[in-house]
Amino acid sequence: MFKRLDEAAGQAGRAPVRVTVDGGEVRCREGDSVAAALFASGHADCRDTVVNEVPRGPYCMMGVCYDCLVTIDGVPNRQGCMTLVREGMRIERQRGAREVRP
Amino acid sequence: MTTTQCDLLVIGAGPAGLAAATTAAGLGVDTLLLDEQPAPGGQIYRAITTTPVTDRRILGEDYWHGASLVEPFRASGARYEPGATVWAVSRMTAESPDAGFEVAYSVDGQARMLRARHLLLATGAQERPFPIPGWTLPGVITAGAAQILLKSAGLVPSDRTVLAGCGPLLYLVAWQYLNAGAKIDALLETTPPGRMAQALPHAFDFLRSPYLGKGLKLMRAVKAAVPIVKGVRNLRANGAQRLESVSYDAGGKTRTMAAEQLLLHQGVVPNVNLSRAVGAEHDWNEALDCWQPRVDDWGATTVAGIGIAGDGAGIAGALAAEHRGRLAALHAARVLGRIDTARRDRDAGPHRQALARAVRGRAFFDTLYKAPDAYRRPVGDTIVCRCEEVTAQQVRETVALGCSGPNQMKAFLRCGMGPCQGRFCGLTVSELIAEERGVPVSEVGYYRLRFPTKPLTLGELAALPQTDESRQAVVRLKK
Amino acid sequence: MSPGPRSAEVIIVGGGLHGSSAALHLARAGVQALVIEKNYVGRHASGVNAGGVRTLSRHVAEVPLALASRELWYRIASLVDDDCGFEQHGQVRVAENEADEAALRDRLATMQALGYTHETWIEADELRAMIPRIVPTVRGGLIAREDAAADPYRTTLAFRRKAASLGARFMEGVRVQETRCEGGQWVVQTSAGTYTAPTLVNCAGAWADRLAAQWDEPVPLLPISPMMLVTLRMDHFLDPVVLGTGRPLSFKQRANGTVLIGGGRRAWVDRDAEWTELDFRALADGARMVCELFPHMAGAVVNRGWAGIEAAMPDEIPVIGPSLRRERAFHAFGFSAHGFELGPIVGRILCELITEGRSSLPIEPFSIGRFAPPAAGAPAPGQLPLFDDPRSSKT
Repeated sequence: MFKRLDEAAGQAGRAPVRVTVDGGEVRCREGDSVAAALFASGHADCRDTVVNEVPRGPYCMMGVCYDCLVTIDGVPNRQGCMTLVREGMRIERQRGAREVRP
Repeated sequence: MTTTQCDLLVIGAGPAGLAAATTAAGLGVDTLLLDEQPAPGGQIYRAITTTPVTDRRILGEDYWHGASLVEPFRASGARYEPGATVWAVSRMTAESPDAGFEVAYSVDGQARMLRARHLLLATGAQERPFPIPGWTLPGVITAGAAQILLKSAGLVPSDRTVLAGCGPLLYLVAWQYLNAGAKIDALLETTPPGRMAQALPHAFDFLRSPYLGKGLKLMRAVKAAVPIVKGVRNLRANGAQRLESVSYDAGGKTRTMAAEQLLLHQGVVPNVNLSRAVGAEHDWNEALDCWQPRVDDWGATTVAGIGIAGDGAGIAGALAAEHRGRLAALHAARVLGRIDTARRDRDAGPHRQALARAVRGRAFFDTLYKAPDAYRRPVGDTIVCRCEEVTAQQVRETVALGCSGPNQMKAFLRCGMGPCQGRFCGLTVSELIAEERGVPVSEVGYYRLRFPTKPLTLGELAALPQTDESRQAVVRLKK
Repeated sequence: MSPGPRSAEVIIVGGGLHGSSAALHLARAGVQALVIEKNYVGRHASGVNAGGVRTLSRHVAEVPLALASRELWYRIASLVDDDCGFEQHGQVRVAENEADEAALRDRLATMQALGYTHETWIEADELRAMIPRIVPTVRGGLIAREDAAADPYRTTLAFRRKAASLGARFMEGVRVQETRCEGGQWVVQTSAGTYTAPTLVNCAGAWADRLAAQWDEPVPLLPISPMMLVTLRMDHFLDPVVLGTGRPLSFKQRANGTVLIGGGRRAWVDRDAEWTELDFRALADGARMVCELFPHMAGAVVNRGWAGIEAAMPDEIPVIGPSLRRERAFHAFGFSAHGFELGPIVGRILCELITEGRSSLPIEPFSIGRFAPPAAGAPAPGQLPLFDDPRSSKT
């Protein structure tokens, strides 16, 4: 679990942002990446792998490991650490291989 | 539709890229800087303009030094495009041999092309893979990732937290956490006994370097506050669906400690995917156990018109990166005809001196913190390829089938074929094959990396803009 | 490879699929070949192609060979002790519009007139039922229901390993420089010294014209570099391999869920530097085509592109058969981006030519003589009757 430093939480100019993670509301801050918002709200894992369907979470936070893949606003295979949160964003756990959408 | 053009394209807004773009633009070179992140700083100075951790004592002065690179860059006249991911570089579709390159990149899921006469790659380094049993469990992240969470979002771990591995970054993160009031339950050092003796011959330079004073002060503070275990072997992360405990052997005993967060680090290595895909020659660095592009002392690679500066050219740290960036920019300005050789060499003088000072002392801790063999060459069920969940045992067994290199292995295991494109398994696979075959890593080679250097959707590729100009260009060129 | 004796019964230049297949069939016939390969076995076209096991819409001359080869593919595991990733789900050339449909029906008529039954028409509704993700406006197509696909590198390696287990030798990292006849023997000068054999086989792929030139039978070989893209894994949506008709496309989904996109668009190639550069504008064009035929693919994630180095002949059929200017010398090259399926049979043909002096399959159309300058007024030897549907040999 990760928690926000008081000084970071209180900083002016970092507007609060509300997103949903698998339907549940999560409060985070403007400027957070999706991955950071997930860690801050107690989600250590964000997807299930393609081969063995085991849980994974963000690992490198710099866009090179591709373990932070989530579905954002209906679009799968988005890197959570490379996407900033936005008010109303829908974040969903990515399960296994990419679904075929009509 | 007009195609963006520039004389110099700098890729990466870390210290090397910022310094290079600033220098080049200052000499009148039409310069564009592309970077993936939403704000400048790269990784070492991540979030330097946006961090919510504004009390400078927490992150420390070495971090805040990065701010001094940003203002000159903004004032330099160089153009800047954040959130831009480069995924292909082409020489053949450019208008003519001297016209340089066409570069494909994406912003917000939209693919674009631009033209640049000269390229400077400043894409830096990445964490060295650290394959231990359980390293893929949720709850295990790199120390670098933890540092990014702190810098970019002001987040620190709230449960039982263990730092493990080797290298100065471990101590830096520990120190920053202490400054922030975050608790660390243990720091497990994997440096084998006897390393200090090996490093001592380099100690003289280290003593004369800027690293000594800061380093000692930092380590004293950490040692006073954090339980440190030395000579840790058989490090393992345990848990069913997420991290539950960390085990290790030390001092002849096996210990297990409950933990919710494990932060791993055993050094950084150049991120070579772009430099390999453009066709630059790379060499195996025996001392640092990594591949690095072959560059001259201006950062020029074996590919005409492409230079590399910063840790992407070989690990030397953030200060060295700045100076190498400036040298590479001077060289680019010379190649582009903005300045002559005499001026280039004259201007280079102070940067070369600064560079020499910045790298003094590195041999000492490069030797001290060389990642131990067992943690670079795993065995058994330890996962080697995280994306495709391939184990060390599987890789080793495929060598016996007749696969003599990482490219041959792709037909059997899918190592390197996942979205990270070998970034987290490539070094391990090359080393395992070398060990199984009993040959040097340089003989085994590495994945043959191609474009796109970052994955993109077929729809994004399909929407790559075509101009009449570009259609003409392709028609002219024969295959 | 440990250095063996400097002579062999047969020397094969080139360790791709055709060279390895020749070595295997020879080994089964008790003849020990030495394969000399300048990189490693399967390094070039053989190891990186689309893996199509296709008889569908081949050039008429290739059809008997392709059908015979397919029979060997069905038993590939017993031939080389490896299933080679063989998956049989058919191959279909789709008609996207009226012109496509006319061309395919024309082709079907030609095949039927020649007595072939392996290609049949598939109606639009059956095609849509077979491939629900295909754009609904397709008009049907030409299908070879027994066609298949396999893994190219794995296949090539399997042929090599089986051949080696039966006594064939393979030398890698060794480059053939000069070949000459001396006293009834071939003397082959390489970067690792000189080797001799009574019989020499040219399976040198995109470099085979150089060997042919040494034997005074130059050929207009063009090195080409067909490009491919591969995606990340997707949920299963496709069984057969899908080919375009009026425009170049080849599209298949492997058992592991990844999708392979080809079609023959070419990269830039320098065969001496062994370098290729992908043409992203052309790949973008191909991507557009795929999205038109399979709309859901817009969200597929492309993870890698590559381009192998292959040999193309101007008439798009290979050179197979004895040298016409040298004794005890044979050719098998120039497969023009569709040689993979023929690998198993070509090795057998070469073995028959070497051990029996004849081939049980009709190979006259592939004679190297068709490139010899004709005597004044006379037709070129080995010239082919022209059932030349230009779409029949793409990919």
